[in-house]
Amino acid sequence: MFYREAGQLKTTYETDQGLFPIIQDRWFLGLILVAAFVVIPMIANEYWMQAILIPLFIYALAAIGLNILTGYAGQVSLGTGAFMAIGAYATYKICTAFPDMNIVVIFAMSGLFSAGVGIVFGIPSLRIKGFYLAVATLAAQFFILWLFNKVGWFYNDNPSGTITAPPRELFGILITGPEASATTRYYVSLSFLVVFAMAAKNLVRGRIGRSWMAIRDMDIAAEIIGIEPLKTKLLAFAISSFYCGVAGALYIFVWLGSAETEAFDIFLSFQIMFMIIIGGLGSIMGSILGAAFITLLPIFLTNFPPMIGLHIATDISKHLEEIVFGVLIVFFLIVEPHGLARLWQIVKEKLRQWPFPY
Amino acid sequence: MEFLEAVFVLPFLDMADSPAFLMEVVIGGLLTGVMYSLVALGFVLIFKASGVFNFAQGAMVLFAALALVGFMEQGVPVVLAILMTIGVMIILAWAIERLMLRHLVNQEGIILFMATIGLNFILEGVGQIAWGSDVKVLDIGIPDQSFELGPMLLNTFDISAAVIAAVMVTVLALFFQYTAVGRALRAVADDHQAALSVGIPLKTIWIIVWAVAGIVALVAGVMWGAKSGVQFSLVLIALKALPVLILGGFTSVPGAIIGGLIIGVGETVAEIYWGPAFGGAIEGWFAYMLALAFLMFRPQGLFGEKIIERV
Amino acid sequence: MADHRNIGDVLLNVEGISLSFGGVKALNNISFNVRAGEIRSIIGPNGAGKSSMLNCINGFYHPQEGQITFKGETRKQMQTHKAAAQGIARTFQNIALFKGMSTLDNIMTGRNLKMKQNFLMQALYFGPAQREEMEHRKVVEEVIDFLEIEAIRKTPVGRLPYGLQKRVELGRALAAEPDLLLLDEPMAGMNHEEKEDMCRYILDVNDQFGTTIVLIEHDMSVVMDISDRVVVLDYGKMLADGIPDEVRANQDVIDAYLGVTHE
Repeated sequence: MFYREAGQLKTTYETDQGLFPIIQDRWFLGLILVAAFVVIPMIANEYWMQAILIPLFIYALAAIGLNILTGYAGQVSLGTGAFMAIGAYATYKICTAFPDMNIVVIFAMSGLFSAGVGIVFGIPSLRIKGFYLAVATLAAQFFILWLFNKVGWFYNDNPSGTITAPPRELFGILITGPEASATTRYYVSLSFLVVFAMAAKNLVRGRIGRSWMAIRDMDIAAEIIGIEPLKTKLLAFAISSFYCGVAGALYIFVWLGSAETEAFDIFLSFQIMFMIIIGGLGSIMGSILGAAFITLLPIFLTNFPPMIGLHIATDISKHLEEIVFGVLIVFFLIVEPHGLARLWQIVKEKLRQWPFPY
Repeated sequence: MEFLEAVFVLPFLDMADSPAFLMEVVIGGLLTGVMYSLVALGFVLIFKASGVFNFAQGAMVLFAALALVGFMEQGVPVVLAILMTIGVMIILAWAIERLMLRHLVNQEGIILFMATIGLNFILEGVGQIAWGSDVKVLDIGIPDQSFELGPMLLNTFDISAAVIAAVMVTVLALFFQYTAVGRALRAVADDHQAALSVGIPLKTIWIIVWAVAGIVALVAGVMWGAKSGVQFSLVLIALKALPVLILGGFTSVPGAIIGGLIIGVGETVAEIYWGPAFGGAIEGWFAYMLALAFLMFRPQGLFGEKIIERV
Repeated sequence: MADHRNIGDVLLNVEGISLSFGGVKALNNISFNVRAGEIRSIIGPNGAGKSSMLNCINGFYHPQEGQITFKGETRKQMQTHKAAAQGIARTFQNIALFKGMSTLDNIMTGRNLKMKQNFLMQALYFGPAQREEMEHRKVVEEVIDFLEIEAIRKTPVGRLPYGLQKRVELGRALAAEPDLLLLDEPMAGMNHEEKEDMCRYILDVNDQFGTTIVLIEHDMSVVMDISDRVVVLDYGKMLADGIPDEVRANQDVIDAYLGVTHE
């Protein structure tokens, strides 16, 4: 009932292909944006921002990147962690080498580095498909982290082997470094997510998105109608790695503050992959929902049992988390392989008829 | 300059210098390779028979080893413990079929693959809660002594592992090729629905296959565990099996063996002779790079079937 | 039937094409030509090599011998991308639609080669990319009108019944505005009405747009009715090549494929 779209007829192709053709959708989006940009900063405390919201936005950005590659273009990748690492280390090196460069420009450049490496590891994708390609990305994952570990130049040879984000300002406000406030960092990560998500949505609904999905669904037919597989796949690798690179840079500079290569290991790659599986392959919104789910789950698992009177030891809690992850993944794949995004669509469908389900 | 020398000249000089040492390194690599092959074998079995790339194979190895250690710690004698663990793996196979595989019949490969990643996490978590996550010692009575063969230093344990693996592979190869069950397994690997339509009992086949893979995992787990202790990193071995499968092809039992041996030798030789030039620890990625290079020239692996795409 | 149509010069010429897979010779020294604006059928029993012939024409298979001349350019082997760029489009025996996308999106992929905006513009969307998208959407809508599939525009093609999927596949090929349209059993599995509709579309495409059509089909009444000329293949060899009446009367063809009606 709330969701009837009767009477909302599209009269031009532009409106038909618009992102939110239904008025209720546009209101909903507006509300969310207002909540995110205005309401939450007023009511959320620093713990929430630091532990939940900021990482959520950054993970969502990486998830969108991986979804572009795996969900839309159908190229399985287990190297997300490595591509995030490239973004982080590149930002670190450029920052320390050029102390006066604008930080956003540096983020963009790191993304470009990541994109470049992504293209290199994507070259095998013309000859190799499916699981075989996953191995190529695994090679990237292990090799790149080994490189960052071994070659001191990457972390400016400092003895602890970690990279630390130096303080940087944007428009006169400190956004990185230990003095930067959680609220500022919240806005930075949120803004990046919103801009990049919009760009991604635009990409996937146009010619390029269609060519990615064509390659994913039936690459031979795609080739026959003139879509060039190598260019299309490499573009997917490039853009996906760009997103992951920027996410990696934000990961260190706007959230953690400092890290070693372990922060980007294969378990991070798995985590991002879980986000897009649970959230929905081939869906931008799904990437964000999945990121939210995976970020909130550990918090839920830690805080929920005490609420119902159960006390679980911390190490068991960690394993329990693993089990719940695993069960959820299998569950989602069985029940709704298209993830939370599809579930959301189904909810909307039901809302159209509620309270008259028949 | 120094670096170039270290890469292109020194290793070969070292090798020529002491051929006995080279032999030792190669044999060591072969034996590591045998271990890899055992794990890869489990993958191949399941992929061959159900078309599923079972990412959880590594977790199954860990699970089996943990179960065995668990039983032995309770005082159960070795042989009985092994039989009981086999029983556990069969039950596990039944559970996996009942709760997971049955509901995913004929889904795309990538969905099945991701499901096994989920399974991996479940097994890891359960294993660690049930049996704790510290390193465990596994002693099943295989002698572990070094002895000299000519100028080389060898180890009884490693040799036994190789023999056991060889026996296992032969049995499996014969099984697939010459029995009715083996034929049914191959049919299922090709096309689930077609196999169903000629009356092959899909469920039973899957349980058999996963059980066999579980037993293979047990053997692999025992071998690895006895050698280096039963610990969490066994799971990462699963990832190492991927390059093995690439070299050997995903559906070939002999391929898994040869692939494992090549990776084992390649990795060990690379680490000993080229490692110093790169600062060490190149074992972490060498296998993958090797597989990658290989894939560029032969996408189906050494023994895999060449896929002719039809439209 | 063929009186008022302008059938022009030779558009496609295949000469001496031989194709083998391992030990199997799929095509054995096949030569024929196709004139601009005509409807050319390839018929023959299953396994005769008809689909393989189409695959050679648009570059998916590479013949070991022979050459292909299209629009005056002679090549030993076509490349798929070049074939598409030069105006060859096709449908497939087992539908090759992109199951994850809607009808509209599938047909829009047919316009892919003609869309030029780069990815930065597309990420922005508003401006040149949107204009280009709308421009091509108009063309695609005309194809949709032509094939009468307006109602299923937004349906994911995986959910459509077989007959409609075949129509959408035709739409995708048409969207590319091809000069040469290769149709591989477009009417397979259809009932009588659906076949009539499909025939009508094929004839209209040829009539209104002058598109040259090469058609593989098993339904003889269709073939004999709408074709200008027919090629008959059997076990990779050419049995006959001529106008429908000639081919129908050819004894070899009757023995191998057509048979006779019994009184």
